[in-house]
Amino acid sequence: MNGGTPLWVEALTALLVVVGALAALIGSFGVLRLRSFFRRVHAPTLGATVGTWGFTLATAVQVSYERGQLYLHALLITVFIALTAPVTTIFLMRAAVFRGRLRGEEIPVPGTEEPSRG
Amino acid sequence: MRRLIPSPVLSVALLLLWILLMQSVSAGTLVLGAALALFWPAVTVRLRPAPVRMRRPLVMARLFCRVVLEMLKSNAEVAWAILTQRSRDMRSGFVLIPLELRDPNGLAVLAMIVTFTPGTAWAQLSADNRVLLLHVLAIESEAALVALIKERYERSLKEIFE
Amino acid sequence: MSPLLSWALTFALGCLALGVLLALARMILGPRAEDRVLAFDCLYVNVMLVILALGLIYRSSSYFEAALLIALFGFVGSTAMAKFLLRGEVIE
Repeated sequence: MNGGTPLWVEALTALLVVVGALAALIGSFGVLRLRSFFRRVHAPTLGATVGTWGFTLATAVQVSYERGQLYLHALLITVFIALTAPVTTIFLMRAAVFRGRLRGEEIPVPGTEEPSRG
Repeated sequence: MRRLIPSPVLSVALLLLWILLMQSVSAGTLVLGAALALFWPAVTVRLRPAPVRMRRPLVMARLFCRVVLEMLKSNAEVAWAILTQRSRDMRSGFVLIPLELRDPNGLAVLAMIVTFTPGTAWAQLSADNRVLLLHVLAIESEAALVALIKERYERSLKEIFE
Repeated sequence: MSPLLSWALTFALGCLALGVLLALARMILGPRAEDRVLAFDCLYVNVMLVILALGLIYRSSSYFEAALLIALFGFVGSTAMAKFLLRGEVIE
């Protein structure tokens, strides 16, 4: 706290934070930029993976150094996001595939016969 | 023993979660955490449709490392595609992949891995769990993608769950 | 805090704020309901990261709980909406 944090801890934290923030920003940009829903669905995972990893690792490094002991509680958020984000995305994909077929868009149906082509 | 501790892995995971959440390893935390870790799996055993059998911790660790590396790689690829590629140059579309994995828990883990990796998203599984419909942001080669999913992920998951 | 870290954190907050605005723009533009839910999904992750960044700036661990709660409620909200789109009923 009193200016005693060594440079490498601060540099590591800064690097992790900047990489995480850039990943989250690019992900949000992709949500806005990409043209169709099925393309956009890939963009938020950037923020949920590298974005979250960067910030939680930075927090873990900072807190562990400050208290002089390993503190991994921030990684709980990583685990939590890793368990929950795919669930939402899978639900959304199913909803979009279902509604797309209702609108008459061409979405292949996975059938029992040998898949011909994607 | 099986009735008392229906799923040891889940119990250990819950205990670890509790320790992380309380941010301490004092005796009180450990006792309460152990009690909860024994209580919840036993109470919720009826809610889990299929019993989970996981083996081969080494394969699990290797799969975990692979998934993390693959995610870092596809993060970079997707970020690059978002920033630089023009819309009409992007070859995105649906891909059908035949699956051999039958265990529902293994399929659930595969769904999580595939969806959490940027660039691929799980769309639908056929009614008999044999064919997977996948949406891919940038298809480089369909064969490489099928090989990645089948050889990297599916084989490890088969070893772990079946 | 060294100028390096405070610059990095300011930069990160700027990026995340911009990210929130971009997701918000997609949420307003739509065009369909699933796009809006997806934008919400992106939005809450960004907001959670803002809270984590604030925790790093003010060196307080109570921000961690707030971030965990945002992750929890964001998940519940976006999953409920996605489920609603799938069937038109939240609870069946």
